[in-house]
Order: sequence, then structure tokens, then C-alpha cells
Amino acid sequence: MSDASNTNRDDLFRGARASRRQAWGVVALLVAALLLWLVFAQWPDWLDAILISKKAFLSAILNGLTLAGLYFLVASGFTLVFGLMRNVNLAHGSLYLLGAYVGYEVADRTGFWLLGVAAGFVIMAVIGLVMQVVVFRRLEGDDLRQTLVTIGISIVAADLMLAVWGGTTYQILVPEWLTGAIKLPVITAYRSNGAAVYLVYPYYRLVVLAIAVVIGIGLWLMLNRTRIGMMIRAGVDDRDMLAASGKNVHLVFAAVFAIGAGLAGFAGVVGGSALSVAPGEDVRYLLASLVVVIVGGMGSVTGAAIGALIIGLAEQIGLVYFPTYGVVITFVIMVVTLSVRPQGIMGKSL
Amino acid sequence: MSLVETQRTEKLRGSGWRELVTPAHGLLLLFLLVYPAMASDFFLTQIGGYSLILGMIALSLMLLAGYGGMVSLAQITIAGAAAYVIAIFGENNSGVHGFAWPWWVITPMAILFASVLSAAFGWVAVRTEGIYTIMITLAIATACFYFTQQNYALFNGFPGYSGLRAPEVFGLYWRDPVPFYYLCLANAVVAYAAVLYGARSTFGLTLQAVRDNPRRMRAIGYNVTAHKVFAWWLSGLIAGAAGVLLAWFNGRISPGSIAVGPAINILIIAIIGGLRHPVGPFIGAVVVVLIQTFAIDLVGAERFNTLIGLFFLAVVFLSPDGILGLWERVKPRPDRDAWGPGPERSGVRE
Repeated sequence: MSDASNTNRDDLFRGARASRRQAWGVVALLVAALLLWLVFAQWPDWLDAILISKKAFLSAILNGLTLAGLYFLVASGFTLVFGLMRNVNLAHGSLYLLGAYVGYEVADRTGFWLLGVAAGFVIMAVIGLVMQVVVFRRLEGDDLRQTLVTIGISIVAADLMLAVWGGTTYQILVPEWLTGAIKLPVITAYRSNGAAVYLVYPYYRLVVLAIAVVIGIGLWLMLNRTRIGMMIRAGVDDRDMLAASGKNVHLVFAAVFAIGAGLAGFAGVVGGSALSVAPGEDVRYLLASLVVVIVGGMGSVTGAAIGALIIGLAEQIGLVYFPTYGVVITFVIMVVTLSVRPQGIMGKSL
Repeated sequence: MSLVETQRTEKLRGSGWRELVTPAHGLLLLFLLVYPAMASDFFLTQIGGYSLILGMIALSLMLLAGYGGMVSLAQITIAGAAAYVIAIFGENNSGVHGFAWPWWVITPMAILFASVLSAAFGWVAVRTEGIYTIMITLAIATACFYFTQQNYALFNGFPGYSGLRAPEVFGLYWRDPVPFYYLCLANAVVAYAAVLYGARSTFGLTLQAVRDNPRRMRAIGYNVTAHKVFAWWLSGLIAGAAGVLLAWFNGRISPGSIAVGPAINILIIAIIGGLRHPVGPFIGAVVVVLIQTFAIDLVGAERFNTLIGLFFLAVVFLSPDGILGLWERVKPRPDRDAWGPGPERSGVRE
């Protein structure tokens, strides 16, 4: 009797879940159709009046996507370190900025941009490793003190970087095969003589987006298909149980910290080439990582991707349409997420 | 979170007044009252007054962190909000707003606004627990900084407001060294006594119980969220009052005053002093202000942040309870718990 009622209820739930998923699917399809129409159709005048112009709108979307790529690169390391070690690394922004400076120096001296990118990744990974082994392992289980230490490190790092590189703005030069702009197969307007105006966008920014996607897929594969990834996921779920089952947790921690710090440095060089390198960028990217991780959910790389997408798009769209209230949008997104789903979109319940 | 959770409430029965009226407090108050007689104007305002103001802001953090287990990085933002109210509704010479309302309207208004804002921040932050609070409050503080910087309509953007004047009452200009010092002292003493007394009140004890075990308190039937938000509101009163004094002290308020640096500075003050007793933040403030003032002779004005960062790191590593903790270790045994709860706190580390 009770069995029958149970199965009945399960069926009911399954049915409800399926229809809910279908509903979401329909919504997603509608949104996708609307986006496709926005991208490819010729806009009527009333839409131009609302959204300034098709070109402005599409540029904001593309800028938002590339910024989201950068944010994802920075935040994915942050979220992994947090998820695994419960360590809020507030020096993450400093790793980004230092990586950018290192990349600038190497690229400037050797003349090879790729070498600068590699140096940014490797040197930051090593610094991350040293931080984990020398500092955090000593304070294990004391997450407030760990966080305080990262604050101290970020203050000292910011000041020393100011001493070495000064307050000037640097621009990492992108090699020639990555510069220039390309014409996207999207028509923004027609000239009076009937010729179509295509959307032109810097090639390098699209490359940044592609790099972020590739790294994101790589991270996903590493986490879901390899042994170390399995250990990392197990550690995020239950650190003590992973240690109890005989795995070398410190090795996993060190690996994750190195990857996270390396990605921040990598993002520094890649982002420093697209935008610029200057004091203060560390705080900007720290804020971005914080918000992305709060919105996306701590410890989840997929969450970081979703969060980065939302925040990157919101920031750029805000910049175009509400110039002096742009930050408020980011802030509202964060507050709404926290009130509806405190653990973040993809986060496990606290 | 062991750093702030270690403090168990052992001496529950002692009334708040007995804590307040001690020989140590009498001597301290006597010294602070006659301090103007021996100090120059510079030491009176730039060291004395400024330390008391920063100490009050750090005290508002200590209230949250020490008794509530919520480490906030947004306290300077709350103080800044009060200062902006003073600037917008009082007099300023920036030519924006400046309604020149009388001081007895804007001062309570500023403090009230700051406390309500603080409660709102708290309401967002208490949705999560422990280390998340740092992240969320840092995100809030940074977002507010960027918002004030890019918004000219409300906050006059980057330059902020200058030309803020303290009121002239009873024939005294309250920004003159001696009156200003006594004004700061009076505020600080009231805040300090209120925190010390309140910690032994029913609310204070409940808050500490919530800090130690929120689940149990919820199970008993306490409204955990309401208690935490109320603690935020109270801390907002202290930070707001300090913010008003800060506005008069600097004569200006700009986004730079509520940037990430100053926000972290408040945390540094509280940690260096110690979070276990309300006197800690004031000790920390004196130490930091002295370093700030005289580091120029030691390392030059440029590398001041490195010095303070290293000092902070040393404190976090060597003495998790700050200078108070050091004192606890070296002071003679008989009056061991004069500054607060018991000697066995190392035993309750979690």
C-alpha cells in the first residue's frame, strides 16, 4: 500500500519536473529566437529609438561577452580555491595584476607575446604554489585568519607593484597576426545608396572570447574526466572524507591553488593586452571575481561561467545605456541572487 | 572563524555596570581628559581626534565581529554614507546640492540614515554565514565606491564634496582642536560604554549565543536573522556618528575616503588592536595612526602601505588576538580576566 502511494508520488514529481523543464526549454527557445532576430534582422525605427542603434547594442553585447570571458578566467580559479579550501583569496586580484606586469616585461623584452602569456601563467602558478605551501598550510582550518593573511598580502603586493612599475598605464602589445578588425556577417544598417554596413569588431577581442571558451571546456574536462579532477570535486564536496580515504589532500590543494593562481596570471596578460595594465586593476578584478562567484555559486566552474556571463553583459550594457548607474545593476543582480538563492545559481546549499 | 568565535561567555552573571566602573577605566578616562593639557594641537587633532574617530568605526566592526561573528568590510562605507548626508544636506563649497540645513537636523539624520543603510547591508549579508560575510561586504563596499565615483548627480563623482564645516554652538567652533577632541572623546566614550554594557545585556548575550551556535538558537526559537540585523543597525549608529565626525575632521568627503584601501584599513585597525574587547579597536587605531604619521621618517611616505601590511601580517601570524592578545599573554596573572572572558579560550578552538 505504502509502496504504491510512494511510486505514485514519485511519478507525480517526475511529471511536474518534466513539465517544468519543458517550460524552461520553451522560454530558452523563445529567448534564443529573439536574440537571433535582434542580431540578424534589420531593426525597425522604434527599436532603434529605444536601444540607441543596432551597432551600439551589438557592440555592447560583444564587449560584454569578451569581458565575461576575462571575468571567467579570473573567477574560475577563485571559485575553485574557495570551493576546495574554504579560503577566500583576496589577493586574487593582485595575482591578476602581477601576472599582467610579468607578461608585459617578458613580452616587451623578448618580443614574443606568447612567451609573455606563458610566463604570466607559469610564474603566477609558482607564486600560488609558494603561497599555499608557505602560508595557507600553516593556517589550515582557520579560514578567517587565512583571509586576513590574503588581505595583508594584497596590500603589500599592491604597494610593491606600485614601487616597481609606478602609476603609469601599460599596454601589452599584441602580435600582428592577432591585431586588426574583422567584418562580422551581421548587417547593422543600410546606407542611403543601398550598400550594407557590416559590424566591425576587433579581432583580438574575439580571440579572448575563444580562449576563455577553450579554457572553460578544458577545465570542465579536467574536472569531470580526469583522476585529479575527480579528487578536486570530491574535495569540494567533503574535504575530510577525501583525506580519510587516503588521498594526499595537500597535493590536491597545491595543484588547485597553482591552477587558480596561474589562470589569474594568464588572464592578466590576456586582459592586459585587450584593455590596459594599471594600478587599481587588481581591485577591479577582485570585485568582479567576488560578484561572479557570489552570483554563480561558490566552488562551481559552471557557476563561474554563468556568473561571468551575467556580470560581463550587465556591466557593458549598463555602460552604454545607464552610464552613471552601471555599478548599481551589478549590485542589484548580486542582491537579488542572494535573496532568492543565497548559495548562488549553481552553488550547493550552505 | 575561530578567531572571533573563541570568546565564550563565561561570566554571564556580572552586570554591565561592574564591567564599566573599574580602576583601569577611571585611570584611562582621567588620562584622556587631561590629554589636551599636555598635547600640541597636532597631537590633539591629527593623532588624538583621528584615532578616536577611526577607533569608533573599528569599534562598530568589533561589535559585529567580536559579538556577532560577522566580519564586515563595509564599515567605512556606512561612515561615508553619514558623511555624504552631511555634505549634501549641510553646507559645502562644491556648488552641488548643499541645502544648508541646520546641524541639529542633519546630524541625527546622517546617523539614522547610516544605521538604516547598515541594517540593509546586514540584511543582505546575513543570508550567508561565516567567511561569506567578508566577501559580500567587500563586494558591497567596492560597488559603493565605484558608484559614488561615477555618479555626479548625487555624489558629485570623483571630487566629492569639500568645504564641510563643523557647527558653531555655544560660541565654540567645534572643529577647533580642543573642542573637537572633547567632542570625539565624548562620542567614543559613549559608544565604548554602550558596547561594553550592551554586551552583557540580554540582547548582547543572545547575539553571542547566536554567534556560537546559530542552529541551536534557531531551534530554541530565537529569530537569528532579526538579532543579527539589529546588531548591524546598532553598529551603524556608531559608524554613522564616527562618519559625521570624520566629515568635520577632513572638511571633505570623496570616493577616495570610502575606497577599498580605507575599508581594509578599518579591518586592519580592529585586528591589530584585537577583537575580544571594545578597547581593542581604539588601541589599534592609535597604533595605526602613529605608524601612519611617523612611517614617513622610517620608510618614506611612499612605502607606508608595505610597512602597515607587513605589520598586519605579523600580527595575524603571531598574535591572532592582536595587541590585546599579546597583553593577555605577558600581563601578571592575578587580574587575568580583567579584560574579559577566561583563560581557557585556547581550548575552544574549532
